[in-house]
Amino acid sequence: MPESVVFFAEVVVGGLMAGVMYSLVALGFVLIFKASGVFNFAQGVLALFAALTLVGIMTGTVPLLLTEYEFLAMPAAVAILLTAAVMIGLAYLIEFSVLRRLVNQEPIILFMATIGLAFVLEGVGDTLWGSNVKVLDIGIPNGNFEIGGMLLREFDLFAAATAAVLVIVLAVVFQKTKVGRALRAVADDHQAALSVGIPLKTIWIIVWSVSGFVALVAGIMWGTKSGVQFSLSLIALKALPVLILGGFTSVPGAILGGLIIGVGEKLAEVYIGPFIGGAIENWFAYMIALVFLFFRPQGLFGEKIIERV
Amino acid sequence: MTEQQDTGNGVILETENIFLSFGGVKAIRGVSFDILKGEVRAIIGPNGAGKTSMLNCINGFYHPQEGTITYKGEKRKQMRPHAAAAQGIARTFQNVALFRGMTTLDNIMTGRLLKMKGSFLGEAFSFLTEACYVGPARKKEMEHREYAEYIIDFLEIQQIRKTPVGRLPYGLQKRVELGRALAAEPDLLLLDEPMAGMNVEEKEDMSRFVLDVNDEFGTTIALIEHDMGVVMDISDRVVVLDHGEKIGDGTPDEVRDNQDVIDAYLGVSHD
Repeated sequence: MPESVVFFAEVVVGGLMAGVMYSLVALGFVLIFKASGVFNFAQGVLALFAALTLVGIMTGTVPLLLTEYEFLAMPAAVAILLTAAVMIGLAYLIEFSVLRRLVNQEPIILFMATIGLAFVLEGVGDTLWGSNVKVLDIGIPNGNFEIGGMLLREFDLFAAATAAVLVIVLAVVFQKTKVGRALRAVADDHQAALSVGIPLKTIWIIVWSVSGFVALVAGIMWGTKSGVQFSLSLIALKALPVLILGGFTSVPGAILGGLIIGVGEKLAEVYIGPFIGGAIENWFAYMIALVFLFFRPQGLFGEKIIERV
Repeated sequence: MTEQQDTGNGVILETENIFLSFGGVKAIRGVSFDILKGEVRAIIGPNGAGKTSMLNCINGFYHPQEGTITYKGEKRKQMRPHAAAAQGIARTFQNVALFRGMTTLDNIMTGRLLKMKGSFLGEAFSFLTEACYVGPARKKEMEHREYAEYIIDFLEIQQIRKTPVGRLPYGLQKRVELGRALAAEPDLLLLDEPMAGMNVEEKEDMSRFVLDVNDEFGTTIALIEHDMGVVMDISDRVVVLDHGEKIGDGTPDEVRDNQDVIDAYLGVSHD
């Protein structure tokens, strides 16, 4: 293969891998949006919180005191299970202290609540686990290998495989099960959902637990890649263009959106960047999203917006 | 009226001395009435009389400050809507509350959620089989699907099975909403203005469906309606509310001749 083709392929693959990481974050948003019509601003912070908790448990750190004890340190698998339990507990807490009091409110009010939640959670994470940058290593392979002249990272493949499994499971659950139908019903109309006997409370706990779990996966991947630090909560913003592209209500859309953004970004950076001085990567995603909004505001896979006048 | 005698005088629901207020606004002031098993009970009254508030109390959206509601012989004061649904109370809404993004079929299937096995939390175990959509879960889904198709046939909406309901004309949306309520196989069906905004033909269709439901499924129906012609035609008994109070109760003929009712509708001033 000519070198330029290999280089192009490498850029594309690199973009795809970056896209997978965006998708993981976007997934969490889609889940909550599907079930409550709310854009959950706290999703990025959830990922951060999950990663912080995971690192804390793995290193045997005592929350608040921030001293590490060797005998408290857990193996990765146990720590992940414990962290998942913490995220479910958090879902209960959020339902009880926030959502329950806002039933039947406008989405914008719930949105405001999630902004508040984001900052509270960030503060709590800081207090509990300390604000220094932490290393997260749960033993994901981290070597390189070569296919057809392209250099690939094992970690990227691992992330992609994880995302694929996650998406398949979530898509099936949403499309085929009773819980999935109930979730869609709640997203469409709280009142009608209640009248057919769907317990809002339970549904919300399920949704926030699941998106807490997705946040945990995202937190692990991002934490492993770039260390567990508070800027992790900002990756949430990168998920926005992904959501606009994929549609706020579509799990497969979140994935495809993430991939398109990832590849688009990398290609633009490499091939257009040099002509206008680089650093395109930071804003290119938003521009794609903006252009996309003009032509297909509901996203690639989003439910069509039908409004009767 | 004849049906009343057919079904004996089993009372399915009784409200006693209900008071409901929002801040200073007294929506319902001491209303008592009963609904007999198998009858079509109409609730009428001018705008703001407290009719919808009454329905909302019955299915647990509102909790009255005073008074009791006895359903199937059991007194209850506070009940959550999903609990009411679980006990066989289904309803439709004044301004159509459908799941707009879903198809007609999916909407009606949603009405069957409660009939599907297990509570939401207890589902954790069957979750895996269900997630894979195999085995017993698949068979269950087929059974529910069959019932949904039966409802669709019954309401003559086969041609819109796969249409997202947001795209349907208003009259059909109302019919789908009725279908979703029926899918739960309710014992008591609450219809909030099922014919509002319909033309004469659609009203006739809907009246026929209401009567058919009552006949064929034996469902007890409580409905709010403004069209007096319809009310007089299809209901066994009528309760009349005005300004949150009950001013009349009886057969359509009795109510028609009631002076208070005539005054309320013609707008005689309240002292």
